Amino acid sequence: MKRIYFDHSATTPIDRRVAEVVLEHMTEKFGNASSIHSFGREARKAIDEAREKVAALLNAESNEIFFTSGGTEGDNLALKGVAYANRKKGTHIITSAIEHHAVLHTCEYLEKQGFTVTYLPVDEYGMVRVEDVAKAITDKTILISVMFANNEVGTIQPIKEIGKLAREKGVYFHTDAVQAVGNYPIDVKDMNIDLLTLAGHKFHGPKGVGALYIRRGVRVEAIQHGGGHERNMRAGTENVPGIVGLGKAAEIAQSELNSKMAHISALRDRIIGEVMAKIPHTKLNGHPTQRLPGNANFSFHFIEGESLLLNLDLKGIAASSGSACTSGSLDPSHVLLAMGLTHEVAHGSLRVTLGRGNTKEEVDYFLEVLPAIIQRLRDMSPLYGTSAHTKVSNPCSDCHVHAH
Amino acid sequence: MYTDKVMDHFTNPRNVGEIADANGVGEVGNAKCGDIMRIYLQVENDIIKDVKFKTFGCGAAIATSSMVTEMVKGKTLDEALKISNQAVADALGGLPPAKMHCSNLAADALHEAIKDYISKKGK
Ligand SMILES: Cc1ncc(COP(=O)(O)O)c(C=O)c1O
Ligand SMILES: [Zn+2]
Repeated sequence: MKRIYFDHSATTPIDRRVAEVVLEHMTEKFGNASSIHSFGREARKAIDEAREKVAALLNAESNEIFFTSGGTEGDNLALKGVAYANRKKGTHIITSAIEHHAVLHTCEYLEKQGFTVTYLPVDEYGMVRVEDVAKAITDKTILISVMFANNEVGTIQPIKEIGKLAREKGVYFHTDAVQAVGNYPIDVKDMNIDLLTLAGHKFHGPKGVGALYIRRGVRVEAIQHGGGHERNMRAGTENVPGIVGLGKAAEIAQSELNSKMAHISALRDRIIGEVMAKIPHTKLNGHPTQRLPGNANFSFHFIEGESLLLNLDLKGIAASSGSACTSGSLDPSHVLLAMGLTHEVAHGSLRVTLGRGNTKEEVDYFLEVLPAIIQRLRDMSPLYGTSAHTKVSNPCSDCHVHAH
Repeated sequence: MYTDKVMDHFTNPRNVGEIADANGVGEVGNAKCGDIMRIYLQVENDIIKDVKFKTFGCGAAIATSSMVTEMVKGKTLDEALKISNQAVADALGGLPPAKMHCSNLAADALHEAIKDYISKKGK
């Protein structure tokens, strides 16, 4: 059976051009960049070039790019690093309720360390309101961290406006742009961004490598100590193959961004249009226009997401859901709940995230099989149709306990 | 993560649907949890003549519902009351640990349906 990959927000395949340079820097140009001999110099040069390519993608300077092990580390370094370096100035941090756990759990950790955190709500489309950010700022606020684009519903946040506000108030502004980098145009100067997290594997680079952009002059304390790597910001022998791969992926992303966005958003619009027209009792999750080019997210009433995913998988289609059963906790996605969806509707969500390799034929096949799968699950559901409602006993009393 | 037996019951669930003149109906779970199971019984002389289910839930929830209906068809009420959630999971060759809690309630739904039958009969 042909397999169709519609889960590019989880991860993407490595571009062959990237894999080639990664392999080269594993086997031939394998030196430690700290060594003074030719092997070391070769590795150092490769890192420097990669840094320039990542900087170019963001319109940053290359000395503002610090390589990390990925999105989680970038978020940790940005939040803890800014918090620890600026705690004399203040101990208040502002973030949103829909951040990735890499940000949310780091904020919860910082609360235990004596910081206070405001978790901003979002509107029904998953968008943070700039007025809410403005209202939350106090003279103790040192950092605002709002993601560029949400990983579940794809909503793109008013980054430039939040950045402008932060700049005016003298507060640092970090954005987790893991989903946006390489998929959407970003200019850190124009958008007033002080820190930005990115990860290679979301735009056809390797897993386990990423970068944190730190605008020159922003005070950040290292959280990992050891050698003097990455200008004392991130100790540890550089992951040269990963970094070189990240650089190559950034270069490709920059040169192919426009054509990729056009291709992917056309497919996404077809999916959204057809699904909303053909399948009743369906809600589009996320913003109607301000969303990642490849993201479509729906809630199909009366059914549960995991059983939908399993059925799609049986047809060769790989997608994801915000249902509790797929999130590994008892609660469905915190993002969908923050947008005001009921538990029931949140359990029935389907996320389809497209990539540059997807085709119209794949989309058509998906649109062909989806309605029957949904109808079959609905016909099986006690919530659907005319089935009379009987008395419900709920033996599982700890269902309402939040997983964290 | 699911056994072949679970996938078999998930892809070809047995006894899906409703019984229009059911004399016992039981439902457990809630939408908040993500799993709701409803069992319909047609009982005659303390024997389960027919059984059907409707389930909102994940793969495990659907497979356990299907399995329990297969296990009790033709059984006496006493025999059916002895079937536990664990026995249903075992009959499916086991469930992933994370699914043992919310999604493994089919026997509870069955027992609710039997209770409903007994209380109606008593009237
Ligand atoms: C928005 C966002 N932030 C952070 C991460 C974590 O990135 P990584 O898996 O590279 O550590 C992800 C990954 O899914 C993400 O989508
Ligand atoms: Zn539960």
